[in-house]
Amino acid sequence: MIRTLWQILKTGIVTENVRGKAADDISVLGQKLSNIVKQRFRGSLTIRHVDAGSCNGCELEIHALNNPIYNIEQFGVRFTASPRFADMLLVTGPVTQNMEIALKRTYEATPTPKLVVAVGDCGCGCGIFSENYATIGSIDKVIPVDALIKGCPPTPAALLNGILNAIEG
Amino acid sequence: MSETNKNIMTYYEVDVSQFSETAKLMKKMSASLTAQWAVEGKQFFEVYACYRTEEDFLIVKSLLPKDKPEFPSVSKIFLAASRFERQIYSFMGIKALGNSDLRPWIKFADWPADAWPLRKDFNSAQCLKRVKGEYAWIQAEGEGVNEIPVGPVHAGIIEPGHFRFQAVGETIINLEERLGYTHKGIEKRFESLGWLEGYKLAGRVSGDSTVAHSLTYCRALESMTDFTLPPRAAWLRAIFLERERIANHLGDIGAICSDAAFSIMLYQFMRLKEHFLRTNQTLFAHRFMMDCVVPGGVSVNISAEGAAQMTQELAALETEFERLVKIYDGNPSLEERVRDTGILSTKKALEIGVVGVVARASGLNLDSRSLYPFAPYDKLQVKVPLYTAGDVNSRVWVRIEEVRESMRLLRELLADLPDTTIKVPCPLPERNSTGFAVVEGWRGEVMYWLQATSAGTINRCMVRDPSAVNWLGLESAVIDNIVPDFPLCNKSFNASYAGHDL
Repeated sequence: MIRTLWQILKTGIVTENVRGKAADDISVLGQKLSNIVKQRFRGSLTIRHVDAGSCNGCELEIHALNNPIYNIEQFGVRFTASPRFADMLLVTGPVTQNMEIALKRTYEATPTPKLVVAVGDCGCGCGIFSENYATIGSIDKVIPVDALIKGCPPTPAALLNGILNAIEG
Repeated sequence: MSETNKNIMTYYEVDVSQFSETAKLMKKMSASLTAQWAVEGKQFFEVYACYRTEEDFLIVKSLLPKDKPEFPSVSKIFLAASRFERQIYSFMGIKALGNSDLRPWIKFADWPADAWPLRKDFNSAQCLKRVKGEYAWIQAEGEGVNEIPVGPVHAGIIEPGHFRFQAVGETIINLEERLGYTHKGIEKRFESLGWLEGYKLAGRVSGDSTVAHSLTYCRALESMTDFTLPPRAAWLRAIFLERERIANHLGDIGAICSDAAFSIMLYQFMRLKEHFLRTNQTLFAHRFMMDCVVPGGVSVNISAEGAAQMTQELAALETEFERLVKIYDGNPSLEERVRDTGILSTKKALEIGVVGVVARASGLNLDSRSLYPFAPYDKLQVKVPLYTAGDVNSRVWVRIEEVRESMRLLRELLADLPDTTIKVPCPLPERNSTGFAVVEGWRGEVMYWLQATSAGTINRCMVRDPSAVNWLGLESAVIDNIVPDFPLCNKSFNASYAGHDL
């Protein structure tokens, strides 16, 4: 226990925005994001992530948003387990034939008004994959999309920026 | 009857009537089945089974007449064959006689039954019409048995898959996986790509293993011609591979602890991982080193300052890492959750033929870096950690020791980096030639088998992610555990959905 407490104390706060040094873009982006979340979402933007056929690269970076260095929750952004609580769907792709129905159902289970953000080169277009018997293609072929975040995969900073753009617009 | 490839594999062609006899013989020789696949040739269907022996890989090939696409099943001899054979039937329409379970695998029940995507006359650009179809789930009956369906959209930021538990009270009596949600037709897609662009697709089979997959693809391609890799490229490839291993293991150890409700470790390990990924970005211009391994070498070099920065980073990482390991080791309440949870016995592991971290935690001494080393691994003598308990705790310890070993390997690689070019032109394979490669990724052995057409283009690219066999191990390991421990067991296996579904 002492070791655990010591480790916590020794690590201190690593979140970059809080320290206010080094991570220029994250702190600036985060501040903007935080302000809009306060104004338009009463301080809490809830996101449900859906993997509609991704290679798992985008998922790693979405995960990273929750690490203590980006700590996206400080800006009032939270990931939820259920689409019923979500304001936004963060969807990675390309959408596969086998995920089409599940994606539509998740979309329908999300209360309106809702935002859909397509993540990654595959979610926005089709990436390296081709539209074929198994791959339907970009997210907007299956559900309406409000904003795009490109990249293979998009970095955590690009994701933050994309989420910000989606709620600003 | 046999021809020897210059690397680690030998071909045998047997009559199809001998296909299962050969499997029995292999079993007697304590070989294990690593993959099975089929190809449509001009006059025949070809069916392959790849066995791992102590010295090398044996690929047994049989020809089937086009009007009689069937072969004897080996699923009663090797458990892993059950899924391979379902996959072959689903995608090629070639029946494994004697396999009683040929329900569609990866292919879903709502695809037209006669859609065989890997056949040559299949129009891959078509949009499949959905048909009415029900998947025949395994049923359990009896007093107090309840069924819990989970997925495909799970409660976290993870990939899609469906799990169906049958439980009595909280105890799992059966788990049936249904995967295939992320199937993108990758193997078919390879057939429309040029040899020199395939590595990009390979790098996106499973994003977390982008180095391992693109490296295996490139090595398979390079094995098809007389190609010599410049030493510096070989060294850099190993550096990428070990860095990928460390990054993923760091994430996994943290996430396993988090699933046992010890979340400080998640945040501590994610912090270490983030810094590690940022170094990748600085040195190699990509956080996961995507597209850094290319046919003929690598696409990024490292400067002397870069190497120095990496060495410095390793020293800092080691101190931090060892401190966290002490916390893991010294916490009885955490130990209570991970010890004796999700046991995969050595016997079961051998029977299924699991690979990688999972195999080494269940007492199987399997690591292709030490069994079939290519440069520079032949000089490094990789130490393979071995645990026999087969529980979640063992799978954590294998990862811990592999992080240590990878740090040592990185130091040795950096100390002795050859001063050559990093890329030379990669010659194109000859008509009808084949290539094969195995690379130990962080999950386990990744395997690619390539075949050229008579015109010299890609005829078939077989991809075997370690998850293709390890998912079976999970089904077995969760039995008699309680449902709330499933996430913990699942995370300790951390099999890839995308790599499995292709």
